[in-house]
Amino acid sequence: MSNAAPTYQPPTKVGRIADFVDQRTGLSAVTREFGRKVFPDHWSFMFGEVALYSFVILLLSGTFLTFFFDPSMAETHYNGAFVPMRGMEMSVAYQSSLHISFEVRGGLFMRQLHHWAALLFVASMSVHMLRVFFTGAFRKPREINWVIGGVLLIMGMAEGFTGYSLPDDLLSGNGLRIIDGVIKSIPVIGTWISFFLFGGEFPGSAIIGRLYVLHILLIPALILGLVALHLIFVVVHKHTQYPGPGRNDRNVVGYPLGPVYAAKAGGFFFIVFGVLAAIAAMFTINPIWNYGPYDPSPVSAGTQPDWYIGWVDGALRLMPGVIGDVEGYRQHFEFLIFGQTLTLNVLLPALVPAGIVFTVLFTYPWIERWITKDNREHHVLDRPRNAPTRTAIGMAGFTFYCVMWAAAASDLIATHFHVALNDVTYWLRALFFLGPILAFTVTKRIALGLQRKDREIALHGRETGRIVRLPHGEFIEVHAPLSAYKRYRLVSFESPEVLPAQPNAKGVVDRKERRRAALSKWFFEDRVAPVSPAELEAAHAHGHHEAIESAPSGH
Amino acid sequence: MGNPSDGALQQGGTVATADQAGGRFEDPGIPPHRLRLADTDPKAAKRAERQVTALFVISVVGTVVFLVSYFAIELGKDSSIDTIRTQNILLGLSTAFAMLGIGTGIVHWAKALMPDHEVSEARHAVRSEDDRAAAVKIVDDIIEETGIKRRPLIRNTLIGALALAPLPALAVFGDLGPNANDKLRHTMWAPNAQTGKKVRLTRDPDGTPIKASDVTIGSAFHVIPEGLNDLKEGKLNAKAKAVVLLMRLNPDDLHITPGRESWSYNGIVAYSKICTHVGCPVALYEQQTHHLLCPCHQSTFDLTHECQVIFGPASRPLPQLPIEVDSDGYLVATSDFHEPVGPSYWEREYS
Repeated sequence: MSNAAPTYQPPTKVGRIADFVDQRTGLSAVTREFGRKVFPDHWSFMFGEVALYSFVILLLSGTFLTFFFDPSMAETHYNGAFVPMRGMEMSVAYQSSLHISFEVRGGLFMRQLHHWAALLFVASMSVHMLRVFFTGAFRKPREINWVIGGVLLIMGMAEGFTGYSLPDDLLSGNGLRIIDGVIKSIPVIGTWISFFLFGGEFPGSAIIGRLYVLHILLIPALILGLVALHLIFVVVHKHTQYPGPGRNDRNVVGYPLGPVYAAKAGGFFFIVFGVLAAIAAMFTINPIWNYGPYDPSPVSAGTQPDWYIGWVDGALRLMPGVIGDVEGYRQHFEFLIFGQTLTLNVLLPALVPAGIVFTVLFTYPWIERWITKDNREHHVLDRPRNAPTRTAIGMAGFTFYCVMWAAAASDLIATHFHVALNDVTYWLRALFFLGPILAFTVTKRIALGLQRKDREIALHGRETGRIVRLPHGEFIEVHAPLSAYKRYRLVSFESPEVLPAQPNAKGVVDRKERRRAALSKWFFEDRVAPVSPAELEAAHAHGHHEAIESAPSGH
Repeated sequence: MGNPSDGALQQGGTVATADQAGGRFEDPGIPPHRLRLADTDPKAAKRAERQVTALFVISVVGTVVFLVSYFAIELGKDSSIDTIRTQNILLGLSTAFAMLGIGTGIVHWAKALMPDHEVSEARHAVRSEDDRAAAVKIVDDIIEETGIKRRPLIRNTLIGALALAPLPALAVFGDLGPNANDKLRHTMWAPNAQTGKKVRLTRDPDGTPIKASDVTIGSAFHVIPEGLNDLKEGKLNAKAKAVVLLMRLNPDDLHITPGRESWSYNGIVAYSKICTHVGCPVALYEQQTHHLLCPCHQSTFDLTHECQVIFGPASRPLPQLPIEVDSDGYLVATSDFHEPVGPSYWEREYS
């Protein structure tokens, strides 16, 4: 440490301010690190950005709403601007939601903006995770960030559901009723948890206040912390990039942060905000004044949860409570064991499908790493077709999710398409089991087909649509050779081969290793290898399109 | 770190992977940079500049419109729905223009005018081997200095103390749970314990009593117990258990099991409205088929067979409320439900 005055004299006023700050904080190092940091650019990288920006908009609009919302469940009589409800008995929470909607200037807009942003937040996180999965971006060194992303998705759903319940309207009240029923089905401690959560019997007078604390304090703080961690890891790992000429696992190719990438990303925030504002202006969401205050007796037909809860609700609908005829034998799914009630018709659909989805999601990076024994760092993404089995697994999981999601709208499907509700449910029950298998098979075939198409193009060039007649009368279509850059994009992917069972340190092939080898075979046995230079050479030697291309025209 | 403004080809390598038969292609490097129209034609650059300016001006207009529509339209107790709707659309669309003007302007500026050379930057290993070795040494030293390995007595008593420490928390939280079972079992339908007065069935929500003669064949009533509306506290809790559907069928259509003959009156039957699946109100009555349908998960109950489940995720029939007619001709509950209403729970059979 030197006490001598610094000799550097900044030339401009901005420079003097910067120098003042830098002498006290040392922030120059940050500018040096980030000012020109390189980010790869691709439209599919924007989903994560959309999620981040929706979250910022949620924080802004949510803060506004907390200024006016009162989470009390005390009974009151409405005397506000919405004439049809005057004199009606309702909770203070519901009344203050009506107050925000009808009497606070910009309140309805903020409510709608907040709700639409929440729907987009979970949607963009989900699509972002699909992108990460299908391109293999979860591979080493990003496994932990993948897990953080999965936790963020669960947190987003929890944040959404707690917020959805706050207005204490009829629709969300029935949603809480369902949650209470599901909690009560948990063996041994279910009733206790329910009474703990609701502060006694359902609905009680505590739940809205408790959900409010979770919604505005605990869960957003967790999300904020995890988002920060998520972004720190993005910086540490540097962003992944799509394969292409000049891109490999040891570099990162893209635009520098300042100015062009920062401008694009920063501008994109305003675009997301603008689009959400336009939607909030023109499309009603959650019109609580149509539903009325919560009352355990009425319910409206065609009830739907917010979209991200749909798959769990759909699973509840798909499970049969009883199989069999009214007169004949009937198999109930509620059992008495040692005098206690085990209600599997609620417990199974509430826990098992979500359990499967999230277990596979969280463990998949480790499963694939174990099967491939691939311990290298991957920074170049896979095109989905170049990892056919992984892509097929992803589509199987996606289909599994979508079948349950569709089941949450079984009654609306029935009324809109004029089919029997029971038939819709029977079909979806069948698809619950068959859909993933079907999706796996079809996706894998499509991916392999696309890989073969890529091979054809790499070997023989692009079809030009130009038909040429040769001197001896034969007609051929001229194929234009690819540029080295375009060809490299088609041939540069990795194509792991089946890795047979390896003996361990003792020289023994154990059972676990044999299982791994079987899975490796299942993954890679029908792989399509990328074109090699030797193959291209051979294709050129045998084909005669090269000669045509170089022949003088006009003969 | 590359220079963002030089368009030179970057050095690339080949992807590290298992050997492929026939070798691998040489990486041709980043493709040559293609200039944009605005890079070569000053007129195009000027045009882009004007477009960006116009977009920012649109944003300014949007903000002004927001302020005008915010201050010009006041909301209060007497505002009409049309005013609220108009203001919502004005505020929302002006915000949209204000934000989209800035956003599209900046992005257009970046895409058309800022340098668009792709740059290659080297990656570094996530972990530094030096750091790892130093960190391992530090941790080893720390453990060594605590002496935890050499003094097992300290370690073991600490583990024991830490294991027991959460017990008070368990006790405190465990005590928060009220006696659930007793509450779930009883509803307002039980006759008064002192006087033995039976509870009348009344209409939901106004609470007027129902005469048996008012219930015609094919009609359905949403029913609450008499006195529910007079409760000062816990009204919703009581209602959440006590709501009932009352219907009258042709007595010949009812299949009554032995022991339940006296539970209905002249074809009038009353069943709990709370679904035995997860507790939604079973609010839809199909008059022609005598089915009750829950709109939440579509559990379907057959009224003619004592509300047995014929479709959907519920497993148990809806509990039946035994009813009779009092001396004034009003319907009353003979007793409380004979089982807990609503979703199943673990201790259900003990209640």
